[in-house]
Amino acid sequence: MRVIKKIGEWFDHRLQLAAPIREVAEHPVPRNTASWFYVFGSAALTVFLIQIVTGILLALIYVPSAGEAWSSLQALNHQVTLGWFIRAMHGWGSNFMVAIVLIHMAQVFLFGAHKYPRELTWIIGVFLLLMTLGMAFTGQVMRFDQDAYWGLGIGASIASRVPILGPAAVKLMLGGPIIAGATLSRFFTLHVFVIPGLLIAFVGLHLLMVIKLGINEWPMPGRIVKRATYEAQYHALTKSDGAPFVPYAIWKDMFFAAFIILAVAACAYYLGPFGPSGQPDPTIIQTAPKPDYFFLWLYALLSLLPPSLETPFLLICPPLVIIGLILLPFLSGEGEKSWRRRPIAVITVLMIAITLGTFTRLAQFVPWSPHMNAWSGDPVPDRYIHGTTALERQGALVFQVKQCRNCHSLGDTGGQRGPALDSVAVRLTRDQLIRQVIQGGGNMPAYGNNLSPAETTALVAFLETLHPATQSPARDAARDLVLSESEPKSATQP
Amino acid sequence: MSTKPVIAPSTEGTLSRRGFFMKLGILFNGLAAMVVAVPIMRFLLSSVARGQGKGYLSWVRLGDVTNFPEGETRMATYRNPFVMPTDGKTVDTACWVRRVAGDQFQVFAINCAHLGCPVRWFPQSGLFMCPCHGGAYYRDGSRASGPPERGLFEYPYKIENGVLTINAGQLPTPGDPVAGLSAEKPPCA
Repeated sequence: MRVIKKIGEWFDHRLQLAAPIREVAEHPVPRNTASWFYVFGSAALTVFLIQIVTGILLALIYVPSAGEAWSSLQALNHQVTLGWFIRAMHGWGSNFMVAIVLIHMAQVFLFGAHKYPRELTWIIGVFLLLMTLGMAFTGQVMRFDQDAYWGLGIGASIASRVPILGPAAVKLMLGGPIIAGATLSRFFTLHVFVIPGLLIAFVGLHLLMVIKLGINEWPMPGRIVKRATYEAQYHALTKSDGAPFVPYAIWKDMFFAAFIILAVAACAYYLGPFGPSGQPDPTIIQTAPKPDYFFLWLYALLSLLPPSLETPFLLICPPLVIIGLILLPFLSGEGEKSWRRRPIAVITVLMIAITLGTFTRLAQFVPWSPHMNAWSGDPVPDRYIHGTTALERQGALVFQVKQCRNCHSLGDTGGQRGPALDSVAVRLTRDQLIRQVIQGGGNMPAYGNNLSPAETTALVAFLETLHPATQSPARDAARDLVLSESEPKSATQP
Repeated sequence: MSTKPVIAPSTEGTLSRRGFFMKLGILFNGLAAMVVAVPIMRFLLSSVARGQGKGYLSWVRLGDVTNFPEGETRMATYRNPFVMPTDGKTVDTACWVRRVAGDQFQVFAINCAHLGCPVRWFPQSGLFMCPCHGGAYYRDGSRASGPPERGLFEYPYKIENGVLTINAGQLPTPGDPVAGLSAEKPPCA
């Protein structure tokens, strides 16, 4: 032991780090911040460290070349011992990191930690969030499969919509005219050098400020933050009711960190790595690209926005959100910290969480995407054919062959792009059905050019049978009236 | 400067001399940075500079006209004219060729005009459908429904010695519909 102490002293005589480290470790924190609510920051750091370690390990095998990336991932999955596990750790780690950073952000916001004097800590945190999302997107590109390839196309299409600079931005992003080798190489550079370097620097600043300014005290309703008095009050608090960070508060961080590491490892072990899906061969178009889970909400939003709103939304909203987040500590830098006295803050967080959650959930069903194989794969349910006439059966055939099924479901199978047609006859009269089929509208293509009159007649005859036994089909009362009025005049009319 | 009180005792003459050299040093470094910045920026922006005008575009052969039956729409593939050694399969590009009649063609990019996903052709319903966000187009490429704001991107084409040739080489995007070049009508349309 004495030898170890001697060696330690030898180093510290030269490094002189022991005293400042001890000072940091033992700096007093308000007692009630030793809470399970305060563990998410250190958890985010923990996952970031997992990502660094597993990322370096993956780089031992991974080849950032459009021609070989996909097969090097196959080698990782199937050839290299536990390569699949390291890939899975990295993939699940990224999911955890996005989630934990968001939870951390919501927590510090609800606890008023963005208020004076921690504005800059919050702003740097906003940049850390953006970089985390940047890592998530560029990381998805590293898995150079079909999803990554077409995902890049989506990124390029969005970037191209920037006025004037758009086309140049696309070429800068792709490193050439198309998504190819140069594209993967530059996303590799971003994912492995640029963003991690910035992340490390910003995490350092973020932590430095937490130590210099002190951890945010537990917010008490009625304890108002004022610029003039806050710091004196905080120091008085750490004196009167403070405890050294190590070990008083850190043990909870350590427990949670270990829990997170085990959780990532468990997900990796039981659920496995993500993809890669099909080869990045642009001539294979039988694919339905989908982003990773943290961008699913965006995927849903892009499908559901009206076309005319999309470009303005894509170009205006992200800067507005970022500016809003940066300005937040200046707009509400003082006042109540406690979430108990900030109902609007609570509602805002809840609304954002519910909105993102709803869009994410929707994106798992993709109700807006046609089911490309429904027309040939999902037969018309028997009960809809039972007891129908030859014409109506012919209509059912037209219904399938013309791919109506790709967008309309029957008996809960088929696409959900358009409304389910199980009871369409209750909603639309015969004339309305014909008009809808021929002219389209309401987001449905017009089939007038693609259906012969005979096919239309058969199709509409089939659609008219689609109503629950207990509900009669819609009918045009005015039409009946007109027909009945005209009956005596022209007796030949049926 | 000299009239202001000096807090620390200093030998003023040497300080200004040092100060001068420091400023000169900063200037010198600024100059060096500018000299190096020019090639760095040119390297960084080379993919943009090269694409100016019709930089990336050239005429690519899609195959014999007889491969494309009249009145039908078929997929064709070509190798992108701009290739780098590490590109792998990514330079193979698909497109939809519609032979309207005789020498009259329409060649559509595979990329949806919404966000670039690969559209699929359904001859039975005469529609192109996109698997991503549900865009749909009619057989002539015009928008049918869904989020796209316009019809499919179209390549300019010509027929040389019975071979269908298109002007391609760049990913078409909503903000840069390369096929916008087709505004200048193809020679044989």
